[in-house]
Amino acid sequence: MATELSPVSQIPPEFHVKVDHDQCRKCKRCVLNCSFGCMQFKDKVTPDHSKCVACHRCTTFCPENAISITDHPMVYKENANWTERIRQNTLKQAETGGILLTGMGNPKPYPILWDHLLIDACQVTNPSIDPLREPMELRTFLGSKPDKLEFERDEHNNVRLKTQLAPHIQLDIPVIFAAMSYGAVSHNVHKSLAIAANKMGTLMNTGEGGLHEDLYPYSGRIMVQVASGRFGVHSDYLKAGAAVEIKIGQGAKPGIGGHLPGEKVGLEISKTRMIPVGTDALSPAPHHDIYSIEDLSQLIFAIKEATDYMKPVSVKIAAVHNVAAIASGIVRAGADIVTIDGFRGGTGATPAIIRDNVGIPIELALAAVDQRLRDEGIRNQASLVCAGSIREAADVAKAIALGADACVIGTAALIALGCRVCQKCYTGNCAWGIATQRPELTRRLDPDVGSQRLCNLLTAWKHELQEVLGSLGVNSIESLRGSRERLRGIGLDKETLEILGVKPAGVGM
Amino acid sequence: MVMTIDAKGMYYRELNKMIRTAIEEGETEFVLDNINGQRYIGDAIKAKAKITIHGTPGNDMAVFMNGPTIEVFANGQDGIANTMNSGEIIIHGMVGDVIGYGMRGGKLMIKGDVGYRVGIHMKEYKTQVPVIVAGGCAGDFYGEYMAGGVMILLGLGAGEDKPIAGDYLGTGMHGGVIFLRGKVEEYQLGAEVAVMELDEKDLKLVTTYVTEWCEHFGHDVDEIMSRPFIKLKAVSSRPYGNLYAY
Ligand code: SF4
Ligand code: SF4
Repeated sequence: MATELSPVSQIPPEFHVKVDHDQCRKCKRCVLNCSFGCMQFKDKVTPDHSKCVACHRCTTFCPENAISITDHPMVYKENANWTERIRQNTLKQAETGGILLTGMGNPKPYPILWDHLLIDACQVTNPSIDPLREPMELRTFLGSKPDKLEFERDEHNNVRLKTQLAPHIQLDIPVIFAAMSYGAVSHNVHKSLAIAANKMGTLMNTGEGGLHEDLYPYSGRIMVQVASGRFGVHSDYLKAGAAVEIKIGQGAKPGIGGHLPGEKVGLEISKTRMIPVGTDALSPAPHHDIYSIEDLSQLIFAIKEATDYMKPVSVKIAAVHNVAAIASGIVRAGADIVTIDGFRGGTGATPAIIRDNVGIPIELALAAVDQRLRDEGIRNQASLVCAGSIREAADVAKAIALGADACVIGTAALIALGCRVCQKCYTGNCAWGIATQRPELTRRLDPDVGSQRLCNLLTAWKHELQEVLGSLGVNSIESLRGSRERLRGIGLDKETLEILGVKPAGVGM
Repeated sequence: MVMTIDAKGMYYRELNKMIRTAIEEGETEFVLDNINGQRYIGDAIKAKAKITIHGTPGNDMAVFMNGPTIEVFANGQDGIANTMNSGEIIIHGMVGDVIGYGMRGGKLMIKGDVGYRVGIHMKEYKTQVPVIVAGGCAGDFYGEYMAGGVMILLGLGAGEDKPIAGDYLGTGMHGGVIFLRGKVEEYQLGAEVAVMELDEKDLKLVTTYVTEWCEHFGHDVDEIMSRPFIKLKAVSSRPYGNLYAY
């Protein structure tokens, strides 16, 4: 038996909540809104600083603007080695003996290579294009492209395509929503994503928790996932999806499985995952039917058989050191789409040690994979989709120029829905009704409003991407795809530039 | 009508397409002759149908299957009943590895031995309780990560004191139940399982399935039931509940 520790925690609070009592009119909205139990009412609003996660729910809904949140003024004796984070974590582990859990993507200050890449523009010698007046094509097709096209003449002597094309998905914007399971996020999040994906002509992805029956009407724009736990996977589910994705890994937690704790498995989740109410949903770290590329191929074709070769099959992996060789194997195994998730990708729950230390940035992984597939002459056989912290339209443009066919957004989509990246998703208490199953909280997100916010975000990005294309003097995203000549690196060392396949800024054609 | 297909030299895609199309047109009974390694037979078929197979079917037979009955008059290979939802499979022989992975419902009756990683992450849901009964012995990782369902291993043909299953038995198990007719050593068990005696209800359950197994393969129920079984169950439905700091 472990010795009982003192009930007083030694862990200092992270944040300080200041209520301006002159302004406060004691409406208690903050108390009702705080899902972490920080805001209490004892004659007046009295915050428990230690419970604040800086989710901004109270500050957003206070009618008097009476609340402000700052870093806790408690200073630690300065130490560049024993940082606050490390001291805080050590105390936590001394009190619990547990693996530190966290949510969202890697917050550590690793270099963000998107911010070291600059995009070209036309000046004098070839004219730029005004996207407001001229058509600007963002349409993208995901799926395997043939090695060559053959044509023949029909009975009326018209030329027609002879080559049989593999199944494709048409995207009106090369940005798709990330795999987030029903369980990690709420039903209203899934619904918001599904509606927005349909309106915007893009895709959402079920994640590994199955597809709720309410969302089958949207399934023409839903990629359904098959992960190691096989939760909610059955013949109708596979046939319903626009595409099927085999999830091998995730950027925020490469190489490890997932645990959805039993308390989140309520009736609806139980129905969707097809497991009893209240049981832990444990996803094994590997698929136990996949120990090799040959095994992967076997599952890819099991899915193709199941869907009568009508749907593209994607394989999603985390960006790890050997990603280029693995991706090559995946393409050769028969995948139509390879999705690569970089180490800054988000998650509902993961051990912090994995999230913060395992994997490589998507920028390098993407460049390495694209190059490898080109060198091997198989780049056409699969679309390349990149994920793992695509934050803004500029990242999308740069990713496309590096060789991606499309980008995935998870965190960005959640921020559009209200997420404040407080990283407390694993607690199930999300004040914005996103990463929670508590009904009083999930109610806070209205799918009509949520989907509209998502559509707005994508519409804004669409215009921004068109602006970038216009300034580059091209009128379709296809002309930018893999065009690394239109990128330049700044502040990058020689090796990094070589891997990215871009020249340093200042060097001309 | 019974549709008989001579599968000699036939590629699996052609064979499976034929079966799928016939099922859509209402065919309910198939006899497949000269099967030799064709994969994915019964893949994702959602219908009441009976498929009789002569010859050894290839990997992933009955993957995602949802309803049909398949009877194989030979050995089976790897990946049988992978993520199967419902249906019944009877195999008059031995089978390979990764049998019943993620299986959610239906029944799998195997005459002989089973390979490695059998019944991994089997799970149950409402009235769907998957069952795997095998007459012989099993390799390592039997019932690993098991979340639901029933696995029965008869150990016929094993010597008196040789263990009838391999190592890592029931590792990570958090649901379901395993019945073994024969012995296993303590060191073979995963940390998450406990050995128990069968109660009356268990005995009834085992007898029912063993009787069914005997009807398929012609053994004597009483003789099989005359040797004691042991029961393995998860110690906790949440083996990793205390691992994390919140
Ligand atoms: S929401 Fe603002 S005004 Fe209302 S009780 Fe809280 S601090 Fe006071
Ligand atoms: S989803 Fe909710 S809990 Fe997770 S980071 Fe965003 S606001 Fe915080």
